[in-house]
Amino acid sequence: MTFLEKLMQIDRRWIYLAIGLAVIIPTIWPFDVPVTVSPEVRKIYDFVDEMEAGEYLFVCIDYDPSSMAELNPMAIAIINQAFQKDLKLLFVTLSQFGPGLVEQITSGLAEDHNKVRGEDYIFLGYRPYPAIVIMAMGVDFRVPFPVDYYGTPLDEQPIMDGIKNFDDVKGVIEITSGSTADFWLIYGNGRYGFPLAIGITGVMSANFYQYLSSGQLFGIIPGVKGAAEYEKLVGYPGEGMAQMAYQVIAHTVIILFIIMSNVAYFATRKKRQQMGGGT
Amino acid sequence: MTTYELIGNGIAAFLTLCIFSFLYKDNPFYKFAERLVAGVATGYFTMLLFWTNFQDKVWQPIFLNGEYHYIIPAILGIIMWTRFSKKYSWISRYSIAFYIGIGSGVSITVYLYTYLFKQLQATIATPLTFDVAGLNIFLVVIAVVSALVYFFFSMPHKGLFGAVSRFGIYIIMIGFGAGFGLTVMGRIALLVNRIIFLKGWLLELFGG
Repeated sequence: MTFLEKLMQIDRRWIYLAIGLAVIIPTIWPFDVPVTVSPEVRKIYDFVDEMEAGEYLFVCIDYDPSSMAELNPMAIAIINQAFQKDLKLLFVTLSQFGPGLVEQITSGLAEDHNKVRGEDYIFLGYRPYPAIVIMAMGVDFRVPFPVDYYGTPLDEQPIMDGIKNFDDVKGVIEITSGSTADFWLIYGNGRYGFPLAIGITGVMSANFYQYLSSGQLFGIIPGVKGAAEYEKLVGYPGEGMAQMAYQVIAHTVIILFIIMSNVAYFATRKKRQQMGGGT
Repeated sequence: MTTYELIGNGIAAFLTLCIFSFLYKDNPFYKFAERLVAGVATGYFTMLLFWTNFQDKVWQPIFLNGEYHYIIPAILGIIMWTRFSKKYSWISRYSIAFYIGIGSGVSITVYLYTYLFKQLQATIATPLTFDVAGLNIFLVVIAVVSALVYFFFSMPHKGLFGAVSRFGIYIIMIGFGAGFGLTVMGRIALLVNRIIFLKGWLLELFGG
């Protein structure tokens, strides 16, 4: 059996090991990777940047711990930017495992920026059935959320003075790892027509770019690369930018494996055909 | 970092390694971590639904606030449970009919608007210009038409039609390739997040 034939039958665990060792390299020898900002990410940054202090931004954080690695960096970067600009933030989660995450992120960042819950930001909480919740919020935030996550009635909080529904917010940014992006697109933007942007996992990204070109979305933050771009714009280097060095190494190893396996495949194809082993 | 956080992160590190051990082969540590996740998630979601649905939308309005119109959706919800009885499962059809009727009425128009009309409008109504943006639009139109031709099975895929169809499958493959690339990035991000976490925990543990 030649080397190339052995390569075609390599145990997949060697590939796991190679990737595992590869991503350890930047932990020992850290290095920086230049990050170029794409237009779809810059549009979201510019949208938030052009808002005036005191204006309302609605942020929906719809992911669970399994997507934290990709989506936490972008959520943190957006909230940092909004708090820095003294915007009023309304948070909600439509993911069943989201409430704890949102509470952790918002309370931590609010403390960093000296923001007060109920005055500078509010976390409405979680309700099941995203479509119904979005449509109800389009009528009045108080319909699905008479009280916030902490049990305080919305009407007792200064941030909700004069705020009724999506007509009173400048825009909505949805950060999600699941189907809630579709719900916001259909029942949010489609039904109420407010400006909508999304931050999504890499897996989902290719499925949402058509809504950018059609104007249904004004921006997209695709995966951890998009998060790194946003962190660069905001000036808060976090895990998004830290991940880029690891991503470069891991992608290089994967590309090498793809090239090697293709070379091995084409080099051994003739022999396999002669032996009646198919293509 | 407090001792409490160090121990908490130590448990998280142990569970991370338990899950990673599956990469070698299935083992009791992996099974333990997997079932722990399933159990915790189920318990958490059950309690969350109780407090955000039953408590807020049934118990409090009906029994504490006297808002008796909430009884109607509550009854519709309760009769859904008759599906577990062979004799009375037909009653649940009333709830399902109500749910499907409302859902269809609300969804059909906005679905068509979002997924069809707005997309068609963006494909057709954008003017072709002699610049990079125009080339982009031209490529979009060509890609949409050729991909649609690939899925048109009422004519044999031969001659010019076959060539356009073949181009359509290449376009679809490019889409799959982009999706795969982004998926790899996402999966690596999960691994890197854990590596960064483990590194941080080890540094805290050994005072690095």
